[in-house]
Amino acid sequence: MRYAMAIDTKKCVGCSDCVVACQTENNVPIGYCRDWIVEVTDGTYPQLELEIRSERCNHCENSPCVRCCPTGASHYSDGGIVLVTEDMCIGCGACIASCPYDARYPHPDGHVDKCTFCIHRVQKGQNPACVEVCPTKCLYFGDLDDPNSDVSNILKKRKYKTLIPEAGTKPQLYFLI
Amino acid sequence: MNQSRREFLKISSLGIGGVALSAPLFNWAKGAITSGQAPVEDFVNRTPTYCEVCFWKCAGWVYKNEEGNIWKIIGNDDDPHCNGRLCPRGTGGVGMYYDEDRLKTPLIRKTIDGKQQFVEASWDEALDVVAENLNKIKETHGPECVALFTHGSGGKFFGDLLKAFGSTNITAPSFAQCRGPREVAFMSTFGEIIASPERVDIRDTKCLVLIGSHIGENMHNGQVQEMSDAIDKGASIITVDPRFSTAASKSKYWLPIKPATDIALLLSWIHEIIYHEWYDRKYVEQYCYGFDELKAHVESFTPEWAYGITTIKPHIIRETAKEMANASPAVIVHPGRHVTWYGDDTQRLRAVAILNALLGSWGRRGGFYSPEKKDLPSYPHPEYPKPKKTWRDAHPGLYNLAIEVVANDICDSTIPSPDRACNFKAWIVNGTNLIFTLPDQKKTLEAIQNLEFMVAIDTMPMEITGYADVVLPECTYLERYDYCRTDQNREPSIALRMPATEPKYNSKPDWWIVRQLASKMRLDEYFNWQNIEEVLDWQLKQVGTSLEEMKKIGVKKFPREYDDLYFIDGQEIEFNTNTGKIELYSTDLEAEGFDPMPVYTPHPEPEPGFYRLNYGRNPAHTFSRTANNPNLTDLLDENTLWVNPIVAKEWGLSKGQEVWLQNQDGVLSTFPIKVRITERIRHDSVYMVHGFGHAEKKLTRSYGKGASDTEMITNVMVDPVMGGTGMRGNFVTFILENPHKEEVVS
Repeated sequence: MRYAMAIDTKKCVGCSDCVVACQTENNVPIGYCRDWIVEVTDGTYPQLELEIRSERCNHCENSPCVRCCPTGASHYSDGGIVLVTEDMCIGCGACIASCPYDARYPHPDGHVDKCTFCIHRVQKGQNPACVEVCPTKCLYFGDLDDPNSDVSNILKKRKYKTLIPEAGTKPQLYFLI
Repeated sequence: MNQSRREFLKISSLGIGGVALSAPLFNWAKGAITSGQAPVEDFVNRTPTYCEVCFWKCAGWVYKNEEGNIWKIIGNDDDPHCNGRLCPRGTGGVGMYYDEDRLKTPLIRKTIDGKQQFVEASWDEALDVVAENLNKIKETHGPECVALFTHGSGGKFFGDLLKAFGSTNITAPSFAQCRGPREVAFMSTFGEIIASPERVDIRDTKCLVLIGSHIGENMHNGQVQEMSDAIDKGASIITVDPRFSTAASKSKYWLPIKPATDIALLLSWIHEIIYHEWYDRKYVEQYCYGFDELKAHVESFTPEWAYGITTIKPHIIRETAKEMANASPAVIVHPGRHVTWYGDDTQRLRAVAILNALLGSWGRRGGFYSPEKKDLPSYPHPEYPKPKKTWRDAHPGLYNLAIEVVANDICDSTIPSPDRACNFKAWIVNGTNLIFTLPDQKKTLEAIQNLEFMVAIDTMPMEITGYADVVLPECTYLERYDYCRTDQNREPSIALRMPATEPKYNSKPDWWIVRQLASKMRLDEYFNWQNIEEVLDWQLKQVGTSLEEMKKIGVKKFPREYDDLYFIDGQEIEFNTNTGKIELYSTDLEAEGFDPMPVYTPHPEPEPGFYRLNYGRNPAHTFSRTANNPNLTDLLDENTLWVNPIVAKEWGLSKGQEVWLQNQDGVLSTFPIKVRITERIRHDSVYMVHGFGHAEKKLTRSYGKGASDTEMITNVMVDPVMGGTGMRGNFVTFILENPHKEEVVS
């Protein structure tokens, strides 16, 4: 089992619904977020291109954050989902520094926090909150080992890229281009 | 300086905040829930609602956690407005409930020791003051001298109250400050309006044409969803916008038009479609009136002519006209929503309507469908008294084609003037911050100063509440019943809103406020009920459901009763126009003395050093209403000024630099705004998101954040057809040093 997400940059309008839905679903404190929007404008007026990406933890197969965690709080869970066990985390911040995607933040309660792919929902057969809410349906989630999952199906049809592949972390977010 | 009769009172100075101010900031997530962990959905209660953060009114479920606190709002899968997916504002609607800056208790303006101030009051005291004042005005001036401004579901109860009282002067800025011109234009062309949600068949379209309409930044949920579906299905999008909007970035063609020249582009498209015979000949012959006149009218409006005006190259105008024709009839030249731009807006929207008629898209799959709604009967009441006069009597002959009450006209008719019979002595303002809604703030304030009485009902201490004589705190939509949503869609449906929790603080639902006022105003006979549940249950039973059933399902769909979604090929149709046809040549406009076919007139352009101020939406916010919402402010807490890099270089502006704005009339912005240097805006205009720059300190998250576009809109070009306020003819320049700093010479 290998959970992954595909994000269609051609459909995403950057509305941040994924961000709010994550905040309310997971009680992420105001002022922090587990997912976010990146807009990249290229060119000069009027020859322009805009790429909009909904980003979050890449749940890398070769995660520097898991490797560098001194207490074992950062770990791989079901289907490669990278998680932090809150009461094992000492808040040292090594994982935050090691993440090439800047996907982790120090939670005011003293531990490090990040996207969980909404594992509590996934375990019940539901999609992550961001996928479920997206008005443009630009987020696809599922098991890459299942050839019929939403994410496997869309990756068969579309061109895609990953972010900072040169970091060698084997990220599991696929951006459809 | 004379002290104004109605001094602006900052609600922060009222001493009401004792308890509230010491409340910890937004700690609702704590308690039994470990932060970072979601409550368990299986153990929570859910109650149905429909959203009040914008006018799309998506239906959803409010979930509570184990402690009974509101946790999240999720779309209702059966709702045709949202298909189970709320937008960021709907998802962030919880913030409206938790906002600690909310109005908390009724307030009455009193003069104590020569100083005007708000004094906390009980509901009974506050409502007595409202009832006494309104009844006094009724006796002295007649009930018609009271007007209601409303934007929101609760306003319907105040509408009932006003009608029972004897006035039909009920207005919403959603007409003359927003979609009015398109409704009047489509009414005079097709005999029907667009209404809300828009009857555009985006999901099945092959070509979507957006003219200044930035779907995706305006988060009109169903439309955003369908635009995404259309992209999936390979539809082509043509976007006309001086700004590289999100929609422009998804488009096959982006036409970076010179602002204020859209009618020229539309006329040249019409020219191309007619003279290349790309129009739907059979459709036009069967259904349209005035084709020959139109053909003669547009003869000279070639793409070459339009190029000189719009800066859009002739071959692009031709290609895009062909693109539309190839998709016909599955093409939508979108009528937009906020379309009050230059004062000739009805005529511009007429050109849009004509283009759709030529392409045969009205009544066709992938074009415009025929919507249906399920009406709920009104709860039985005696016939309302017939008013002796209406808003139109203040100025006979003006705006005869307006199909709703013109908000700015009520404002105009409140100021004594030799040109008008002055009608208005009291305003009831519910859920609309007129200071940010109506352009020309000076005029709005002048009108307010001329009122004998004003009551404001709101959830938040918006600027308008500071001018009221009585402020009534309504509870949020998450804490109340309202009338059911019955808005149109492909399938008729009804949605229930019920309280998920008790009202916070000393706030009350609008139905309760109105019911109490009705008694105090001696209008009981029109309100033959005590509790809103009686009314809702009775209404719902008339259509075969009940309050009990609706509490379980939230949304009920009904089968369509009338015609199909689309015309049947060759079907005989009598349109609701004077000629019974689709009027390319408008007999309505002609009869009123206006151009029966749209004409391009040049609009003023900025002087050197000035830039046209364009404004728009951000997906996280609705007007100025959400600017203090903790969840939504977390996404965007201030607006920025989009400036082209060439302009920034000329002025030596740097990224994030704060500038003040001054407009063509010398009006200065109260607050500075940060510069965003971006290629996405033309060199002759600047752009900001509407709704920021709040001056009310009690809005702690939004006070002084960003600048207010409304403050800069002092040149208002009124549409003579329907009274709409054209707001895009304002030009601003940058002031680099704080113009408000105090200098004392001694």
